[in-house]
Amino acid sequence: MDFSNLLVIVVGSILINNFVLARFLGICPYIGVSKKLDSAIGMGMAVIFVMTIASMASWIIYYYLLHPETNIWGGYDLTFLRTIAFILVIASLVQFVEMVIQKTAPALYNSLGIFLPLITTNCAVLGVAVLNIDENYTFIESIVNGIAAGVGFTLALVLMAGIRERLELANIPKALQGVPIAFIMAGLMAIAFLGFSGLKVG
Amino acid sequence: MSDVRKEFTKGLIKDNPVLRLALGLCPALAVSATVFDALGMGISVIFVLTMSNLIVSLMRKAVPPKIRIPIFIVVIATFVTIVEMVMAAYQPGLYQSLGIFVPLIVVNCVILARSEAFASKNSPFISIIDALGMGVGFTFALTMIATVREILGNGTWLGFTVAPSDFQPVLLMMLAPGAFITMGLILAWFNWMDDQKEKHLKATFMLDEKEAK
Repeated sequence: MDFSNLLVIVVGSILINNFVLARFLGICPYIGVSKKLDSAIGMGMAVIFVMTIASMASWIIYYYLLHPETNIWGGYDLTFLRTIAFILVIASLVQFVEMVIQKTAPALYNSLGIFLPLITTNCAVLGVAVLNIDENYTFIESIVNGIAAGVGFTLALVLMAGIRERLELANIPKALQGVPIAFIMAGLMAIAFLGFSGLKVG
Repeated sequence: MSDVRKEFTKGLIKDNPVLRLALGLCPALAVSATVFDALGMGISVIFVLTMSNLIVSLMRKAVPPKIRIPIFIVVIATFVTIVEMVMAAYQPGLYQSLGIFVPLIVVNCVILARSEAFASKNSPFISIIDALGMGVGFTFALTMIATVREILGNGTWLGFTVAPSDFQPVLLMMLAPGAFITMGLILAWFNWMDDQKEKHLKATFMLDEKEAK
């Protein structure tokens, strides 16, 4: 097991290729749920959780059911079903997780529950599943990438929520209020995150 | 006929999916670095949107309401897979530069939103018109962002050089921050136009009232 490899994935997904600010994945919740710090943290936690299990499930589905060399059908190339299989797996997984949490941990459900349905159509979750396959990650690498991508998303979301809570008090021109100023803020944050692209790991 | 025109034109400006309803923001930011990519993405979305609206509308009486969302997603994913395979075969360059955003058309909220809000309640013909209008509106928004970014960031438009030869391209516009800032400014511009229109309406209204007195 090569740990430096995992470190490269972690730093890469959180800072260098941040899912929101460099890869443009999950913009809708990033703009939609970043008005309050509390809900931003809740959403972030839910995304980390779902991304981790989605990475696991999609990796298993891809290599055991779809990939021609490793699947259990023995040689049928079903990789063209990737998009359909992944979105179905993620949608049912989110539903399943929601039911399990509701039954076993009502307190957690109350804080995460409302965010879970939103995550199905969060392109960051499908994005991380597809990226894991495109980058030929192993099972462990996929899980680590899933966690790191979720943490990167949460980082961007929480930073944004903190700034937007302050923005409420600021005097902004009428046309820029709300979503437009959030985008410009995101642009400035993306400039800051560009600084990380000089980072060399491994 | 006026109905058809209304359903088509509402997607262009009034209910533009990206600029008004804030749907499908991820592809609007990610593939708007060049006009060519934006048009490629736009055409793919028009195709998927039209076909999925047609199928969803045809099935609307047979689909049980409780499981409609998964059914819509499977229909959409089928057409996205078709687009993926066709694009990989005939436009490999475009397929490379759009990358992960081709499979991600599945989770483009514009498409699911139109299936849910329009096609599942309306006849096939009018659903196609709605899809075409929304698709063209989406393409229009993407092309607009891409035009700003490509001209400022590269000095070209659709690959043709448009800037004077001593123009120093703003590299930032081609990178991620450029997308966010362009998007923010365009949204602000739309808000400002709304504001002006409202002010204008108010002014004429008050004038009418004065005359009536």
